[in-house]
Amino acid sequence: MSPQEIKSVSEQQAAESHARAADIVIQACDVHKTYQLGETQVHALRGVSVEIRRGEFVGIMGASGSGKSTFMNILGCLDKPTSGQYLLEGTEVSKLEKRQLAAIRNGKIGFVFQGFNLLARTTALENAELPTLYARMNKEERLRRAREALDLVGLGERMHHFPSQLSGGQQQRVAIARALVNRPSILLADEPTGNLDSRTSVEVMAILQSLNEQGLTIVLVTHEHDIAQFTKRNIVFRDGKIRRDEPVAQPSRAAEVLKTMPAIED
Amino acid sequence: MALRALARNKMRTVLTMLGIVIGVGAVIAMVGIGQGADQTMQDQIANLGSNLLFVSSGSRNFGGLHVGWGATKSLVPEDATAILKECPDVAAVAPGTQSTAQVVFGNDNWGTRITGTTPDYFPIRSWPFQSGESFTSDDVLLASNVAVIGETVRKNLFGPTNPVGQTIRIQDLPFTVVGVLVAKGQSPAGNEDQDDNIYVPLTTLQKKILGQTWLRFIMVSARSHAGSYAAQQQITGLLRDRHRIREGDPDDFTVRNLADMADLASESSKVMTALLGAIAGICLFVGGIIIMNVMLISVTERTREIGVRMAIGATESDVQRQFLAEALLMSVIGGGFGILLGAALCYAISVGFGWPILISNGAIVGAVAVSTAVGIFFGYYPAQKAAQLDPIEALRYE
Repeated sequence: MSPQEIKSVSEQQAAESHARAADIVIQACDVHKTYQLGETQVHALRGVSVEIRRGEFVGIMGASGSGKSTFMNILGCLDKPTSGQYLLEGTEVSKLEKRQLAAIRNGKIGFVFQGFNLLARTTALENAELPTLYARMNKEERLRRAREALDLVGLGERMHHFPSQLSGGQQQRVAIARALVNRPSILLADEPTGNLDSRTSVEVMAILQSLNEQGLTIVLVTHEHDIAQFTKRNIVFRDGKIRRDEPVAQPSRAAEVLKTMPAIED
Repeated sequence: MALRALARNKMRTVLTMLGIVIGVGAVIAMVGIGQGADQTMQDQIANLGSNLLFVSSGSRNFGGLHVGWGATKSLVPEDATAILKECPDVAAVAPGTQSTAQVVFGNDNWGTRITGTTPDYFPIRSWPFQSGESFTSDDVLLASNVAVIGETVRKNLFGPTNPVGQTIRIQDLPFTVVGVLVAKGQSPAGNEDQDDNIYVPLTTLQKKILGQTWLRFIMVSARSHAGSYAAQQQITGLLRDRHRIREGDPDDFTVRNLADMADLASESSKVMTALLGAIAGICLFVGGIIIMNVMLISVTERTREIGVRMAIGATESDVQRQFLAEALLMSVIGGGFGILLGAALCYAISVGFGWPILISNGAIVGAVAVSTAVGIFFGYYPAQKAAQLDPIEALRYE
C-alpha cells in the first residue's frame, strides 16, 4: 500500500490489517515538521519516509539540528507532524487528540532517556510501576508487572533501593524496566548510554540486544558509532532528511564484547 | 500517589502546611475564647435573677449593678408598694437598704455587708437556700432579729457548725440565723463577692441599726423578658410622678434592666468573636497563599518529572489531579493538625488564665470545610500550570 492520505474508516482498517500482515510497526509518510523559534521558522523535518517492521533494532544517527530528536518526538507521539502521516501499528497518530496520544504512549511505547529520569526518593519497584498507575490496573497486577520487568533487566534483588543507592547502569536498567512494564510495541531510547562509562554502556546494550532477540522492536538514537554497531539497521539524518538507511553489515554482540573488557570496580 | 509525593520531601510539606495549621488553630482558639466568654457572661447574668430590674436611688450610672449608690433619700418603701400595685408588667418587688457591719459568733468576728430587705428578695434573685429558710413577712412586720447569711459568712464564722438556729451578734444585738444561701460567686461585673452578705428584715435594719427609713434600692422582677422593657418604662414614669420631678429634670433614681445588660454583653462579645475570627481568617488566607506559592515552586522544580509522567502516559487531567490532590491533602491534613492545635491552645488558655473556653462542633466543621476550600482554591492555579506544560519542553528542562 502506498503512503498516501488515508481518508475513510474502512481505509483505516485496511491500513491496520495490512500493517499487521506485513508486521509494520512504524510507518512514516513524507513527514514534515516546522516550528516557530521566536521570529524564525525552523524546518526540522523536510519529508521523512520510513518503514520499521516488528523485531527490528534501528539505530538513528545524525548531528545536532539534523532532525533526529524531532523525529523521535513524533515517533513517540509527543509531537505531531506539520504535514505527512505517521502510522503506529496502522493507526494514524496525527489525527488523534492529546488524551488518545497519552493512552498510546502509555500502552504502546516505552521511553528510555539519556538522563534516566527516575523519581528520586522512590524505590526501583515504585519507579518501574509508574506507567501502570496511568493504565488503571489493580495493585497486585501493577506490582507483579513491575517485579517481572525488574527481573527481566536483572535487578530483582534491588527492588527496594532508591536511585541514590544505585549505580548509573543500574538506574538505566530501572528505566528500561519502567519502559517495558506495560508491554509496549516499541522501545524508544534517546542516547541511553550517553551518561554511562564504556563498560556499563556495553552492559546496557547487551540487555537491549537480549530484549530485541525476544521480539521487542527498538529504535535508538546515538551519536556514537560504537553503540550504533550494536544495532541491526542504521539510519542517518542530515538537514531534516534521511541521508542513509542501511543494514549493519556485522553487528557487534555486546555479550561477547563484554568478555573482552576489563572489569571496572562497581 | 499524592501522599507518596508529599512524603518524598517531608520538610517542605511540613513547612507548607504550617500556614494552614496556625491559621486553623488560631481560628479555633479565637472563636473558642469568644464563645466561652459569651456563654459565661450569659450564665452569670442569668444567675442574677430572671427578668430582673434594679431600681437604685441617685442618678449616678456606673457599669455594674451594685455601684452608684446615691446619697439621695427620696426612695421610700411606699414607692415599692406603689410599683407593685400600679405597674402591670411587674411581678414582685423587694425594697432594701445596705450598710456594713461587724458580725460576731463566739470568738470569731467578720466584717461584711448587711442588707435589709423583704422575703421576696430571694425568689426575685433566683437564690435558693442550702439550709434553713428565709425570714417571713411577719418578721418584717415585727422587725424581728433574724438573719439569712451568705456562704462566705458561713465559712468564715461557722466552719463545720450548722449555722441555722445559732445566735450571732450584729452591732452587739443578738440575731438568730434562720437560713444559709447557696453560693453564687462573683458578680458579673467581677467586683463583688455576692456571698459575703447578711440579710435581715428591712425594718430591723432601718429601725434598730441604721435609724433611717429611706431605701437604697428596690429589686424588681418583671412578668416576662419582653415585659421587662415595659416595666422599666412604667417604673420610671411612676417614680417621677411620685417624686414630683418636673419635665426635663433628671431622675433622682436609676432603673437598670438586666435584659439590656445581657443584650449589650452578647452584642459586644459577638463583635469581639467576629473580629478575632476575622483576624484568624486572614492567617488562614495567608496559609493558602503559602500553599499556592510552594506548589508553584514545586511545579517548576518537578518540570522534568512532569515531562516524564506525560511521556509515560499521564494525560493533562492526570497531572492536574495529582497536583490538586497534593495541595488538597496538605490543606486538609494541615487543617486537622490545626484543629488539634486550636483545641490544645484552648485547653492551655483555660488552664493558664482561667478563661472559659467553648469549642463548638460548628467551629470544627467550619475549619475542615474552609481548609478543604483553601486547598482547592489555592491549589488550582499551580495544578493548571503543571497540566499545561509541553512534554517535550519539560523533558528538556534543566
